[in-house]
Amino acid sequence: MSADVIIKAEELTMRFGGLIAVSEFSAGIERGSIAGLIGPNGAGKTTCFNMITGFYKPTEGRVLLNGEDLTGRPPYEACKAGIARTFQNIRLFGNETVLENVMIGCHMRQKTGWLQAVLYLPSYVKEERAIRKRSMELLDVVGLADLASEKANSLPYGAQRRLEIARALATSPSFLLLDEPAAGMNPQETQELMTFIRDIRSRFDLTILLIEHDMKVVMGICEQIWVLDYGVTIAQGRPEEIQANPKVIEAYLGEEYVSHA
Amino acid sequence: MKTSTKISLNLAVTAALGLFLFWAQGSLDGYKIQILNLIAVNIILALSLNLIYGFTGMFSLGHAGFMAIGAYVCSILIMTPDQKEMLFILDAAYPWIQNAHAPFLVAVVAGGLTAAVAGYLIGVPLLRLGDDYLGIATLGFAEIVRVIANNIPRVTNGALGFKGIPDYANLWWNFGWCLVTFYVIVRIINSNTGNALKAIRDDEIAAKAMGINVFRYKLLSFSIGAFFAGVGGALLASLLTTIDPKMFLFTLTFNVLMIVVTGGLGSITGSIMAGVGITALLEWLRFVENPISLGSFELPGIPGMRMVVFSLALIFIILFRREGIMGMREFTWQGARNLLTGKRRAS
Amino acid sequence: MNAAMFIQHFLNSLTLGSLYALIAIGYTMVYGILRLINFAHGEIFMLGAYFVFWGLTLVHLPWPVAMVLSILVTAGLGMLVDQIAYRPLRDAPRISALISAIGVSFFLQNVAIVFFQAIPREVYRPEWLENPILMGDVRVLPLTLFVPLLSFFLMMGLVYIVYRTKTGLGMRAISRDLETSYLMGVPVNRVIAITFGIGSALAAASGIMWALRYPQLQPIMGVVPGFKAFIAAVFGGIGSIQGAVIGGLVLGFIEIMTVAFFPELAGYRDAFAFILLILILLVKPTGLLGAKPEDKV
Repeated sequence: MSADVIIKAEELTMRFGGLIAVSEFSAGIERGSIAGLIGPNGAGKTTCFNMITGFYKPTEGRVLLNGEDLTGRPPYEACKAGIARTFQNIRLFGNETVLENVMIGCHMRQKTGWLQAVLYLPSYVKEERAIRKRSMELLDVVGLADLASEKANSLPYGAQRRLEIARALATSPSFLLLDEPAAGMNPQETQELMTFIRDIRSRFDLTILLIEHDMKVVMGICEQIWVLDYGVTIAQGRPEEIQANPKVIEAYLGEEYVSHA
Repeated sequence: MKTSTKISLNLAVTAALGLFLFWAQGSLDGYKIQILNLIAVNIILALSLNLIYGFTGMFSLGHAGFMAIGAYVCSILIMTPDQKEMLFILDAAYPWIQNAHAPFLVAVVAGGLTAAVAGYLIGVPLLRLGDDYLGIATLGFAEIVRVIANNIPRVTNGALGFKGIPDYANLWWNFGWCLVTFYVIVRIINSNTGNALKAIRDDEIAAKAMGINVFRYKLLSFSIGAFFAGVGGALLASLLTTIDPKMFLFTLTFNVLMIVVTGGLGSITGSIMAGVGITALLEWLRFVENPISLGSFELPGIPGMRMVVFSLALIFIILFRREGIMGMREFTWQGARNLLTGKRRAS
Repeated sequence: MNAAMFIQHFLNSLTLGSLYALIAIGYTMVYGILRLINFAHGEIFMLGAYFVFWGLTLVHLPWPVAMVLSILVTAGLGMLVDQIAYRPLRDAPRISALISAIGVSFFLQNVAIVFFQAIPREVYRPEWLENPILMGDVRVLPLTLFVPLLSFFLMMGLVYIVYRTKTGLGMRAISRDLETSYLMGVPVNRVIAITFGIGSALAAASGIMWALRYPQLQPIMGVVPGFKAFIAAVFGGIGSIQGAVIGGLVLGFIEIMTVAFFPELAGYRDAFAFILLILILLVKPTGLLGAKPEDKV
């Protein structure tokens, strides 16, 4: 189990005033795996994401990426360390083009800055061209290359979700967090999404953690699952184990269902 | 369209501007030349505010403060020690103020740099604030600059201000700086750094998640904007040849804001168009404030009318055309060609 | 500094502080509900003062009538400004309404310049306000007692409206959540209009007393007190009426007392408020009594 853990959450706790949003969340995710974080609405899943990606500073606990302590570092440093994410309520740069959205993801690892741009140095021109090329390649991967010069907020919903993933990939992450990637998708699209997630995992050497309500997706592609309820981890294990766990069924469907079943 | 074609077109436009200025210098009267000068300065100011507000999304109302800093630094440097001795009648200037002297180019750059440093220093604490709080805090900064200028007579000559500042800022200097401002800001916003700034404007949280050090880039944009605001102030001082703290009231910031909003937040083209249009309009409106004589009959001027029309225009734009003239669109050679060829096809 | 002088300064601080507080209440109520810095509020304050003296000099109204009329007219004007310049922008980005407010502010200021000219005008105080009252060594202008007292009564009236009437309940509901209030049947637009009316009435009262206390009228008289009162509201915690009152009083005391104890700082008096603002925004952006706004990821 502790073979090759890329990211480790150690007893992460988040308190907002008197409210405990997440209590002692611990997880170790194996390199190259796809893991799931599930639980009813308000269980604290997104809060976990926010702690791992640096948006919240956990009240207690630590986040380790490849053994490096990232706890309490700002989001851009977490990103630099190799953690990328998408958002539950898509957050694209709406006024920018599809291509620019992806290029912004590349910006973090860019070496030339504004001064080189003003002086129009060859190194800048070269790097900017390389970024453009790489961004187009990423758009090709998510199937948006044709729409590169469209404004991001003019895209249909499904395309916006894919663009958000392409943008996250542009930061060259080793660990990718997807917050409800299948939300609002029809069964056909969901099926494609599952293939797509597996595909990018192997193509970009990713480890993926996703929050998802669609159990078909979670059970279909996740190798490890953590279940949160009211901020407490009530179960963890392989999909079959989770499906059979009475506590999970209770959390999702209520006590009555369990006793009558 | 090929890059080389675009470059040649850009050079052609620059050359045309040069020819126009050459013609204007020789043929136009002083008043019209003054208006052209004001247009150049206003475009510099509008572009710098657009970088801060339109492209990075930081609502700053501190422009008058940066302009004041640029204007004072530049004026102190270009006035001769003798001139300063005559000027500081109530309190003698500090010796280092008295003796400081530099050529115009150095003085303008120094004014810009001092404003940029001020922008950096106040940016560190203030840029963490959002939207309207940032606006009111930067407005506070500008007011503090003004109050300080009033209270350090040995540097600024207090409420009396400076008179007889050398009028070096001619068409060539003003439009030269205007081109520099335009070039630098366009290069920045068209680079990937510019994309990062626009990302911050569109969604700060997502920008952070994309690995952008939001605070650092805000500070960068704010300081560069402050630099050009300082340059604008410096040129204005030499153009008007008199400055005093009263000149740098909130009204000055308001005028720049008006140009940027009218042109379109996040549009360089818009800022330039509105810079020309509004400067001309403001001058044209001056006539309603001056008495008009019709033969033996004299209509009294109506002071304040200019700003009444002006502020009404702003309210109308915000209410009915919030995106301004251009929205976020820009003029491009490609776009112009498409328009032309499209038209040709239609006819 | 002797005791008599101290009392004098104390009363002056109280007067200035109450005037700031009355203006600050209008800022804080509008911000609490619409998250809008009503830039035009300082001009409303100025116009309130002008209206009274118009009533007095042009129409020869008796004092109390002129005052009440001016307050009513100014309240109506405040509601009109909301109606025309802010209401169409309720769904627009917040900064749009702020820019509109800046526009209105300049508009009203310059309309005043057009009508009344930019030159300051002397205000003739009624006789019963002219003669100082002697209390031992302390010479007190009736106004320094009259202003805090009247302000106190006005604030009590406001507290009654906000906490004891249905309209007040509506205001408090909207400041929590505008959309939900609308769905729950709160007549949102009417309540907002009333809020503007009340805020403007208080600003007018403040403007009138200001003009009496510092007997001068000019179109730009609202700018600086307006900014300062806004800062007082931020200091007290924007959205909180108690906060606005405390903020106003604190600012009044800071300005008068600092200059009283350190006369060499008199020239910087107008900067105190802004320095206070920047400090408070850095240390406790929510102000003394303000609630923390949510920033959702």
